[in-house]
Amino acid sequence: MAHRAACTLWVLGRPLVRLQWGKPGDSCEFLLVCILFFIAVTCLSQLPGSLKCVDRTVPEIRVAQSLPEPEAVHSPEHQAAAVAGHSEIRRYLLARGNSAGADRLFKVLMTLCAISIFLIVALIAYQLVDKSQMNWARSGLKFFYTAVKDPVTGQPQYWDPVNGNFSAIPFIYGTLVTSFLSLFFAVPLAVGVAVFLTEMCPGFLRAPLSFLTELLAAIPSIIYGLWALFILVPLLRQYANPVLNKTLGWTGLFGSDNPTGLGYLASGVILAIMVLPIISSLTREVMTAVPQSQREAVLALGATRWEMIRMGVLRNARIGIVGAIILGLGRALGETMAVLMVIGNTPEVHKSLLANGATMASVIANEFAEAFSDLHRSALVEIGLALFVVTIIVNIFAQLLIWAVTRGTPSRAH
Amino acid sequence: MGVSIEVQNLNAWYGSNHTLQDINLNIPANHVTALIGPSGCGKSTFVRCINRMHETNPIARVTGTVRIGGLDIYADARPVEIRRRVGMVFQRPNPFPTMSIYDNVAAGLKLNGYSNRKRLDEIVERSLKNSALWDEVKDDLKKKSGASLSGGQQQRLCIARALAVDPEVLLMDEPASALDPVSTAKIEDLIFQLKSQYTIVIVTHNMQQAARVAEKTGFFLNGRMVEFDSTHKIFTNPSDKRTEDYITGRFG
Repeated sequence: MAHRAACTLWVLGRPLVRLQWGKPGDSCEFLLVCILFFIAVTCLSQLPGSLKCVDRTVPEIRVAQSLPEPEAVHSPEHQAAAVAGHSEIRRYLLARGNSAGADRLFKVLMTLCAISIFLIVALIAYQLVDKSQMNWARSGLKFFYTAVKDPVTGQPQYWDPVNGNFSAIPFIYGTLVTSFLSLFFAVPLAVGVAVFLTEMCPGFLRAPLSFLTELLAAIPSIIYGLWALFILVPLLRQYANPVLNKTLGWTGLFGSDNPTGLGYLASGVILAIMVLPIISSLTREVMTAVPQSQREAVLALGATRWEMIRMGVLRNARIGIVGAIILGLGRALGETMAVLMVIGNTPEVHKSLLANGATMASVIANEFAEAFSDLHRSALVEIGLALFVVTIIVNIFAQLLIWAVTRGTPSRAH
Repeated sequence: MGVSIEVQNLNAWYGSNHTLQDINLNIPANHVTALIGPSGCGKSTFVRCINRMHETNPIARVTGTVRIGGLDIYADARPVEIRRRVGMVFQRPNPFPTMSIYDNVAAGLKLNGYSNRKRLDEIVERSLKNSALWDEVKDDLKKKSGASLSGGQQQRLCIARALAVDPEVLLMDEPASALDPVSTAKIEDLIFQLKSQYTIVIVTHNMQQAARVAEKTGFFLNGRMVEFDSTHKIFTNPSDKRTEDYITGRFG
């Protein structure tokens, strides 16, 4: 047992030994190790004898078996009854003891499962921080907001693996543009679907329609990518993009210099389809949570159906709907495969939505296998770290908002 | 001014459940009419038929004629117009939690696009005074949410909201059943004052309440109207045995 505890300590402590003081990033690494250690220690200390238990389980059962009977049985009446009328089944069950060891083993196993969640998240974070040290040491926070200018053309060189110049700007920009573009398309559609499903859908259509909406979430993203590449992109190239360029080209948002049909717009559209089911089903949930009395209150004032939905339902559910939208944003930010296939994968910043670009997730997937220099790899991991942090924050925020609505805040009238 | 309500052969269903059977009734203008009866006897369904709220439930169905001030509301009008003329107060207070007290009262008018700021202020003040809530909320009309009030205040807020659209008929579906005796007394005083301006139909479980506030009382049992007469007659000398049994507490 002592050996096992020592092993655990050694495993947890190993990163400590590897610490090299005096380099940038050390404090960060040290912090993470501390957090990891703290989580492990608190979890373990919460369980009375959790570590010991693993070793002692088997002998303990034997101890229990060797005990003749629980104490109460020794009282005269009980003993008499025990001697007189012990059936075979009773003897068998008495011989099984109190099963305390098995119970404790079960508890420990389940707790370990729960702890593993903390450990997985902590290890992911640790790895991302650890593996991005090289790039962090080289450019620090500047990685996220500056780029090296080409000495000849004066154009910024955002992503230059050959010369080792890296900047996250085009990927952050691409992620933001595609994500918000997708929300722009998906939010009205998703809220419309949710309104139809909760307020005006005839009974026979409700189940199939909500099933289909949920099904959209179950389709693998590579399928979306293929569909986008072979159906959506040609459609955009042939019909949508020329029209947009002709009518709205003056805004500068729809330039004509990309004949492929790939780019931000295509990614935005495919992302919109992918985040639609999330936003729609959560919006439906928060709208269903609005009490019927609110709808009746508005109807009784002489409201039309739309006025009732606006004043009685959407107004009450708005916080939850914002939560649903943010959760959709979380998905859009991290979506990789479908975007990778249609965004064009060019590390550049363009004002035109019809231009090629790249997102944080797509550049990692696209370049990681071919990144041979350590710095290049480290830069990619750092982009991953940034994406990790942003997605976690966005998701926590969204969950809090949804939780606030569906649990019912104290001030709500029912 | 209130208007009278004539009900002829009204039948209503929830799914296959025949909740109202052949109701015939004349509710006089500018009077308080109370509807009493045991739970599930159809009194709430009846008032919900008067402003066509019954049919908002997809499985509900209605036949028969209801005339409000001569207008056949099922044949000649859309539900929305009827509900603009017939205000309703529900059993449980249901103010809009995301709106201020002011916006709660003004909701009916704003909904219908009424935007004269000065007139709105006047109407909100008058409605809150009429519902005896003005003195308690006048200092934080726009600061506090409708849900921050107490239960009794919320119910009076809902009455103010119904009054703000100046209805011809005011339906009250057990308006005091979720309230304490003090708030109940306030609501009853209010009903008494309002009857000069509105035709009021009040559903109640509380027979003393019916006796206190209403001039006319109808007794419902199992989806039928057993007796409809002056409150005095119903409570002192009912002509139907079942009414007598009910008001003397032998059942229900």
